[in-house]
Amino acid sequence: MAPLLQGGGAFLCYFIRMDHDHDHSDVPSDLALRVKALESLLVEHGYVDPAALDAVIETMEQKVGPHVGARLVAKAWVDPSFKALLLQDASAALTQLGYEEYVGAHTVVLENTPAVHNLVVCTLCSCYPWTVLGLPPVWYKSHAYRSRAVIDPRGVIQDFGGSIPEDVEVRVWDSTAELRYFVLPERPGGTDGLGEEELAALVSRDHMVGVKR
Amino acid sequence: MNGVHDMGGMEGLGDYGYEVDEPVFHSPWEARMYALNRAMAAWRIWNLDAWRHDIERLPAHEYLRMSYYEKWLTAMEKRVVTYKLLESSVPRVPKLTPESATRLNRGLTSSVDPTVPAAFQPGDRVRARQIQPPGHTRLPRYVRGHYGIIHADHGVHIFPDTNAHYQGKNRHHLYSVRFSAQDLWGPSAKAQDSIYLDLWEAYLEAA
Repeated sequence: MAPLLQGGGAFLCYFIRMDHDHDHSDVPSDLALRVKALESLLVEHGYVDPAALDAVIETMEQKVGPHVGARLVAKAWVDPSFKALLLQDASAALTQLGYEEYVGAHTVVLENTPAVHNLVVCTLCSCYPWTVLGLPPVWYKSHAYRSRAVIDPRGVIQDFGGSIPEDVEVRVWDSTAELRYFVLPERPGGTDGLGEEELAALVSRDHMVGVKR
Repeated sequence: MNGVHDMGGMEGLGDYGYEVDEPVFHSPWEARMYALNRAMAAWRIWNLDAWRHDIERLPAHEYLRMSYYEKWLTAMEKRVVTYKLLESSVPRVPKLTPESATRLNRGLTSSVDPTVPAAFQPGDRVRARQIQPPGHTRLPRYVRGHYGIIHADHGVHIFPDTNAHYQGKNRHHLYSVRFSAQDLWGPSAKAQDSIYLDLWEAYLEAA
């Protein structure tokens, strides 16, 4: 929790977004106040339209997210030609599904197989396929994940509750440039009768980053 | 720079902070900060590499203490001063509009440029140079001096080491390079495991 600012609660309430559920005794943190001040100055000087900020936030909270990636995975599981396209040219595959607005250039899809498991990290910052999976979760940006994924990927996967068989090859992809990687997991057994939507519901962000197999 | 941000292979850096059903933003100010950053990026006053370098240059103890969006905020506050954003009051029209804000295309330039020759081909053995770039670099310490194999040629990409310092885009070939996990980390790693990094030709030498 952010530290509470002592005193001045009445006028500071002006800065609190009232459109979500929270304890009204909350007052904004100093970080919230600093962001508010920054926004006010940048709006005042004509750099920023607050309505554009609203639109960015709405897009990231409601439109893009792991469900986009899950849909790609599910379609690849049922449609071999789509899978081939996804592995060859992920941007073309996204466009085919009507996600041309979300196409991130230089997106690369890594296929898990019975012999290979892929894991994605950015050790230097937080590079992530956000146009396909939405913004990265806190754990992906954590110093713990960034530092450990390259030196002990099998240990990281264990920390996330899974394990990689001894004979499987683990490939870690450190996103050091403008390419963005995500994992096409293996289709789970016993899912023969399921349709694309049901299959997509089985695919999580953790699978598409590779911390789960 | 050999900063604390270059943390591949370090130990003792805390917990993952995993949350089930994690929200996209943990508080309204994080959302505003994220969006402010997008709105300011649209002005192209600074480039992405310079932006990353601003965050890398936070003092190490601050970098390790701050939350993700606090780093963004602190770097942006510094940028307001560095780039003298508030020193003139000429009329401006915001570059990011409610319409353009919904488009996620990252606007990267094409990586195809046949006029730039490639020194390496897939399968070539290379060595990541043992160098200590003083400014921004995307060559992590943990591969410097190690041998790898060119896995793929990604075409030509803007070179962060010069672009971050406004010393030119210097577009040249970027390769996916495969390093053996045992070569990087020793016998505690599995023999069949590997690490792939995307490395610019300037980071590599024939081996």
